[in-house]
Amino acid sequence: MSEVFVTALLELADDHLVLGHRLSEWCGHAPMLEEDLALPNMALDLIGAARGLYAYAGSIEGNGRGEDDLAYLRGEREYLNCLLVERENGDFAQTMLRQLYFAGFMEPYWQAAMASRDETLRGIAAKAVKEVAYHIRHAAEWVVRLGDGTEESARHMAEAVEELHRFTDELFLSSPAAAAAEAAGLLPARAEMRGAWEATLRAVFAEARLDWPDAVWPQKGGREGAHGEGLGHLLAEMQSLHRAHPGAVW
Amino acid sequence: MYSQGLIGADGRTKEDAAFLAAFQARIDAEEKIEPKDAMPEGYRRTLIRQIGQHAHSEIVGMLPEGNWITRAPSLRRKAALLAKVQDEGGHGLYLYSAAETLGVSREEMTEELLSGKAKYSSIFNYPTLSWADIGIVGWLVDGAAIMNQIPLCRCSYGPYARAMIRVCKEESFHQRQGYEIVMTLARGTEAQKAMAQDALNRWWWPSIMMFGPHDSESAHSEQSMAWKIKRFSNDALRQKFIDATVPQAEFLGLTVPDPDMVWDEGLNDGKGGYRHGPIDWDEFWRVVKGGGVMNRDRIKARKKAWDEGAWVREAARAHAAKRAARKMAAE
Ligand SMILES: [Fe+2]
Ligand SMILES: [Fe+2]
Repeated sequence: MSEVFVTALLELADDHLVLGHRLSEWCGHAPMLEEDLALPNMALDLIGAARGLYAYAGSIEGNGRGEDDLAYLRGEREYLNCLLVERENGDFAQTMLRQLYFAGFMEPYWQAAMASRDETLRGIAAKAVKEVAYHIRHAAEWVVRLGDGTEESARHMAEAVEELHRFTDELFLSSPAAAAAEAAGLLPARAEMRGAWEATLRAVFAEARLDWPDAVWPQKGGREGAHGEGLGHLLAEMQSLHRAHPGAVW
Repeated sequence: MYSQGLIGADGRTKEDAAFLAAFQARIDAEEKIEPKDAMPEGYRRTLIRQIGQHAHSEIVGMLPEGNWITRAPSLRRKAALLAKVQDEGGHGLYLYSAAETLGVSREEMTEELLSGKAKYSSIFNYPTLSWADIGIVGWLVDGAAIMNQIPLCRCSYGPYARAMIRVCKEESFHQRQGYEIVMTLARGTEAQKAMAQDALNRWWWPSIMMFGPHDSESAHSEQSMAWKIKRFSNDALRQKFIDATVPQAEFLGLTVPDPDMVWDEGLNDGKGGYRHGPIDWDEFWRVVKGGGVMNRDRIKARKKAWDEGAWVREAARAHAAKRAARKMAAE
C-alpha cells in the first residue's frame, strides 16, 4: 500500500507545485498591482501544500528523499501532474479559468480528504481547504468580470474555455495508484467530485454569460508522465540551478 | 526600497509669509500634517514626487528579484522569495495610497513612471545575475533602504510616516533573510562562496550610491530638512550604512571591494568609522540618467504588463458599471 500511496501523493504534490510555479511566473507582470499581490498569494498556498505533500511522500517512501529531491531531481517523464496545471499562463483570462477549474475540483476533494484514514493527510487537507475556498472566490470573480465585461474581454474568456476545457476530464480520473489509495480509504475518489465541480463551474459560467462547451476530445496522460511540451521547459528552468550544484545546501 | 537622496524640496510657493511661518511652527512642534490640513504648495509637490518615486521603486524593484523566483534552488527559498517580492508590491500599494491623499491618482503616477517623467531608485537598473544576488540585494539594498526609511517613520506628513512604519518592519525582515542567504552561501561549497563574493563585488558600489550625491553636491535638501521630510543628510546615512555593513561582511569572510577602505578614528565625532574610497559618480549619473544596462528593460517590462493588462482593467470597470446599472434598475 505504501508504494501506491507515495505515487498518489506525488501526483497531488506535482499538481500543486506546477500550478504554483505557473502562477509565480506572473509576479511583477500582472494587469494591476492588486493582482501582483493576489497571484503570489495563491502561488504560495499551492507551493506550501506541495511541500507538505512531498515531505510526507518522502517520509513514507523511506529512502531519504526530501521535498527538494522530489521537486528538483525528477524529470518530465517522472512528473505526474495532470495536464491542466502545466498549461502555459496564456492571458489573464486563461490563468483565471485554469485556476477556477483546478480549485473547483480541489475544494470538494480536500473537503472529502478531511475524512481520510490518514492523519497527516487530514492535516494537509484542513489547511488547504481554507485556502482553496479563496482561490475559487478570486478566480470566479474574475471569470465573471471578464465574461460579462467588455466585448473584448468576453472574447478572451470564450477563447480560454476553448483552450482549457479539454483538460478538465483528467481531474476526475484516478491512476491505478490513486485508485488503490482511494479503495483503502486514504484518499477521496476523484470521480465523485464531478457533481460538485460541475455545480460550481456551471453557476460561474451562467453569471459570466459563458456557454458551457460541447463535448470535446478530452486530453489526458499526465499521470503516466505523458505531458505536453511546456512542462519540460518549466522544469528545465525550475531545476537548473539546483541541478548545477549537486549536493549543495541553499 | 527608496529613492536615492535626489529629491530636494521644491520651495516655490505662493503662500504669504504668515501662512508659511504658521506651517513651519507646526512642523517645529513635531505636529503631524494630515491630508485635510492646509499646506504650502511646495510641500505638497515635494511629497508627491518623493512618495511617488518611492512607490515606483518598490514596483520596479519587483523585477530584478522576480527574475529568480522561477529558478530558486529550493522550495523553501522559492516560497520566501515569492513572499518577499509580494511584500514589495504591498509597499508600493501603501505608498501609492499615501500619495493619493495628496490629490494625485495611482493611474497618473503610473503613467508618469512609464513615460519616464517620474524616476525610481537607480539600483534596480542593475541586473541580478546569480542566486547570490538575491541574498546580496536583501542584505545590502534592503539594508540601505532601511537606513533611509527609518527616519521617514518620523516624517512630518502623517500618512507617509504611518506607511513607513509598516514598510520598515518588513524591510528589516528582508534584510535579515538576505543576509541569511549570503551566510548559507559563504559557508557552502567553493562555487557558492565564489558566487557570493562576485555578487558583493557587483552590488557594493551601487548600494552605497543609493544614498545619493555627497552633501556638498546635493541641491535643495535644506528645505526638505526644514520641513522634516528628510532628517539626515545623504553622507550621514551612507556612513551609518557602511559602519553597520563592513563588520557583517567580515563575519562572513567576504571582502568589501573597496581597496581604499580604512578605519578612521576621526569619523563619527571621534567614535571612529570606516572611511570609504572615492565613489564613481560618473557611473552613478550615467545610470540615473538612463544609461544602465537594465533601464530600458525595466520600463519596457512595466509598460508591457500595463499595456497587456489594459483590457482586463477595462473589463473590470465595465462589469462594475453593468452591475451598478442592474442594481439600480432592480430598485
Ligand atoms: Fe520594499
Ligand atoms: Fe524589501
